[in-house]
Amino acid sequence: MTAVDDKTWLEVGTLDEIPRQGARVLKREGGDIAVFRTAADEVFALLNRCPHRGGPLSEGILYGRNIVCPLHNWCLDLASGEAKEPDEGCAPAYATRIEAGRVFVCTEPN
Amino acid sequence: MNKERLVLVGNGMAGMRTIEELLKLEPDLYEITVFGAEPHPNYNRILLSPVLSGEKTIDEIILNSRDWYAEHGITLHTGDPVEHIDRRKRLVRSRFGLEVPYDRLILATGSNPFIIPVPGADLPGVLGYRDIADVEAMIETARGFKRAIVIGGGLLGLEAAYGLQQQGMEVTVVHLLDTLMERQLDKPAAALLKASLEKRGLTFLMEAQTAAIQGRDRVESVRFADGSEIATDLVVMAVGIRPNMALAQSAGIHCERGIVVDDTMLTYDARIYAIGECVQHRGQCYGLVAPLFEQAKVCANHLAKLGYGRYQGSVTSTKLKVTGIDLFSAGQYQGGDGCEEILFQDPGAGIYKKLVIRENRLAGAVLYGDTIDGAWFFQLMREATDISAMREDLLFGQAHLGDSGHGGQTQAALMTDEMQVCDCNGVCKGEIVKAITSKGLFTLEDVKLHTKAAASCGSCTGLVEQILASTLGSDYSTPEAKPICTCTDYSHDQVRAAIREQHLTSLSDCFEKLDWRRPDGCHVCRPALNYYLISTWPAEAIDDSQSRFVNERVHANIQKDGTYSVIPRIFGGETSPAQLRAIAEAAEKYAVRSVKITGGQRIDLLGLTKEQLPHIWKDLTDAGFVSGHAYGKSMRTVKTCVGSQWCRFGVQDSTKMGIELEELTWGSWTPHKFKLAVSGCPRNCAEATIKDFGVVAIESGWELHIGGNGGVKVRATDVLCRVTTPEQVKEYCGAFMQLYREEARYLERTAPWVERVGLAYIKKRIVEDEIGRRAFYKRFLESQKQAQVDPWKERAAGAEAHEFTALKQVNG
Ligand code: SRM
Ligand SMILES: Cc1cc2nc3c(=O)[nH]c(=O)nc-3n(C[C@H](O)[C@H](O)[C@H](O)COP(=O)(O)OP(=O)(O)OC[C@H]3O[C@@H](n4cnc5c(N)ncnc54)[C@H](O)[C@@H]3O)c2cc1C
Ligand code: SF4
Ligand code: FES
Repeated sequence: MTAVDDKTWLEVGTLDEIPRQGARVLKREGGDIAVFRTAADEVFALLNRCPHRGGPLSEGILYGRNIVCPLHNWCLDLASGEAKEPDEGCAPAYATRIEAGRVFVCTEPN
Repeated sequence: MNKERLVLVGNGMAGMRTIEELLKLEPDLYEITVFGAEPHPNYNRILLSPVLSGEKTIDEIILNSRDWYAEHGITLHTGDPVEHIDRRKRLVRSRFGLEVPYDRLILATGSNPFIIPVPGADLPGVLGYRDIADVEAMIETARGFKRAIVIGGGLLGLEAAYGLQQQGMEVTVVHLLDTLMERQLDKPAAALLKASLEKRGLTFLMEAQTAAIQGRDRVESVRFADGSEIATDLVVMAVGIRPNMALAQSAGIHCERGIVVDDTMLTYDARIYAIGECVQHRGQCYGLVAPLFEQAKVCANHLAKLGYGRYQGSVTSTKLKVTGIDLFSAGQYQGGDGCEEILFQDPGAGIYKKLVIRENRLAGAVLYGDTIDGAWFFQLMREATDISAMREDLLFGQAHLGDSGHGGQTQAALMTDEMQVCDCNGVCKGEIVKAITSKGLFTLEDVKLHTKAAASCGSCTGLVEQILASTLGSDYSTPEAKPICTCTDYSHDQVRAAIREQHLTSLSDCFEKLDWRRPDGCHVCRPALNYYLISTWPAEAIDDSQSRFVNERVHANIQKDGTYSVIPRIFGGETSPAQLRAIAEAAEKYAVRSVKITGGQRIDLLGLTKEQLPHIWKDLTDAGFVSGHAYGKSMRTVKTCVGSQWCRFGVQDSTKMGIELEELTWGSWTPHKFKLAVSGCPRNCAEATIKDFGVVAIESGWELHIGGNGGVKVRATDVLCRVTTPEQVKEYCGAFMQLYREEARYLERTAPWVERVGLAYIKKRIVEDEIGRRAFYKRFLESQKQAQVDPWKERAAGAEAHEFTALKQVNG
């Protein structure tokens, strides 16, 4: 993570502001980013556009490290953004880190 | 220009199929004339039973309309039987004196129901079961009379009995032997069938020989050989059929048990073909359409002068068309010398399977309760496949072969392209898939039209729908007795029982106590578990919003572009200028992109962003609206008609009744969506008979209906009972909803639920058990206290604010 230029790390809020097994949205011109929090309090970030037909991933049901798109049930891996078989596609993923309860997202995709 | 003349006698299924096959091969070879004794164009005789039970109309079973005959240049004479064939002059003469010459003649006169020659068999009120006239007479009788006796416990008799019962009659089936359907079923399967028909309310009198039918002006009772008598208003004889060969005999054509034909379907007269139930081929007469359609192909092949078709007899299989009963039988199901039998029995689950094996080949099968592998077994049988390698797993069906047993995969996905889906019309899976993809078909009707699959008896409809779904890639979610999902081995029913018995009140309790494989479940099980928890422990369980589908979490419907729609409740469909003004103002203020009247008698505001939702809700709730729950597995709408307040036919105030029902039930969560309607008279303008709970006003009060469904698979309601006061309507409605909420599986709508548990069961719990009904109603009211808190108002006041605001907004 240190390899990334410090300027691209953006503080988005505190962990408490994101519901467990849920998501909140970081609004920005280059495309909204969904910031997810798993049951185990890990944080992940994906571009908020399903690779299938653009569904808002932030509104899906989250389990384990997976997010299920609300429009047609594609299931994506939160860490990589890759769709699970048999579907094919990938949502750009962004690095995240938590420091003292505050959540940072790297706004350059991995 | 001088075409040859082809005359068809018998405007039925086999004859007309021959003409259709011929037109496919040679559309212009003949000038065709068709004579039919019945006054109708060709219709699907197999579907008379659904007409009798009220599941279909006569118009829906017409196969070739009069326009069709005209378009194909065919002269059709209906209601005018041929009474004479002059083989020397080569012409036929009809009852009304028409004379038509032929170069080739097809006899397709079908068969006649056998009427047992007992005294009184000719009394009015004694019917066979063969044609539209019989069905119309039965329906007419059911309107004015109550009791019916069906003589004959075979396929036809049972379908007649079920249909008459659906028409509201009390039906007794009288059978000569001690087992039902003895020509298709062995004793254990027949016993299961009998028990399940008894559960549905049919009465049986076994080993009874009819001695006489008694009555003065019409039938009044039936007397049996042992001297006993049963009073009745209707007798239907379904004891067998006799090939209708009188016309052929009178023309001197060789007949034995039927009109004798060779492998080209030719009779002893080289200009005359015979086809269908009236014929005898290699000593065999057939009474099912699949073999007749094979004959039709062969006959058409010769009429088209191709000359190579040969009919060599058929293996037949049977399914019973009684809604909700799965039964399949084929081949030599009785076993016998040199045969081995493989058996599976689970009386608790109502499942029985028997396979008969001879010389490593499948020779016969009887399936009851689980017929999903019928098509596969039938194929193994017809193709005489050597089954020694898969013998051990055979009984468990195709899904268990190999190790690719994915849960939740549909039967259709497992089928190879060569496997036959529709046995009546001989259509394989490959043909259906090809038609769907190459012709761009989307509906069952389209597939029927283009391939004829599911167009005859309809028992493969489910399979065709699955093929449609898997080919088009839509995800139909159907609940089943299998594990809820891959997180667990427990079924819906088991989990629900555990939640109740072990007093589990949270998702984490369930995951832990029931050994869930994933620590936080998945998107399939979590919504189901959450529903079971809140419906079982409404006051204790915490509704987990992260386990709800987005619509239920944010209380609006997500649209394809990620925006939402908002539908305020309009109780009973009755509104006011003030309400309309409030909606109009909100729509303008938030620049709603479209305003649409829904199919549920209310107004839809579409294209709102998530951030806008609490704001528009504030305006709407300030004006007195509550959420319409158009987004939930919950009570949706109560449609009403104007009723006695205005309508010149209305007998009760249906609008008021509807409003009261909506006030009673709004806000409740259910296993699947739940819709109601109230009509002010039996004209039923509110379409109450395709609703989950429908109410139809009658002179004396209200008729209550349950289990109706529009949508993909239309199902008309069953009548639950009649009541007199609005208070009773509400009590029955609440009790019925509560029973549904407590016992149906998640995502199981009332229609399939009612079919699964049976109407008799629901009547027992709701109608016959007054104390039970009251208790259900009480529990319903109790849980409504928690449910009738308007989610919009709460959110407009700030609840769940994080749902409706961005975490952060950045520029660039
Ligand atoms: C206003 C409305 C009820 C309501 O408040 O919702 C209504 C009202 C009447 N319906 Fe209807 N029907 C209304 C929708 C329906 C529907 C639903 C639909 O199609 O939208 C049905 C069920 C579908 C159908 O057509 O079967 C429906 C099935 C009937 C029937 C039964 C028709 C049948 O063949 O079974 C009748 C009786 C008849 O036509 O003989 C009927 C007859 C009538 C008449 C015209 C009775 C009459 O002959 O005078 C009612 C006029 C009452 C009055 O004095 O105003 N209405 N009626 C509905 C008008 C909808 C509209 O404006 O377009
Ligand atoms: C209620 C019911 C349910 C059934 N269910 C099934 C099922 O689930 N599966 C299945 O495979 N089969 C089923 N069958 C059987 C199937 O309908 C018949 O096998 C099929 O209709 C026979 O076709 P056909 O053309 O030989 O006779 P029909 O369809 O009976 O056609 C013969 C026609 O010829 C007419 N006719 C007779 N004599 C003359 C004359 N002299 N001049 C002019 N017209 C004449 C008759 O009026 C009749 O319309 C069912 C039958 C019934 C009655
Ligand atoms: S029928 Fe229903 S699912 Fe299909 S497009 Fe219309 S609203 Fe959507
Ligand atoms: S848009 Fe996500 S699954 Fe279709």
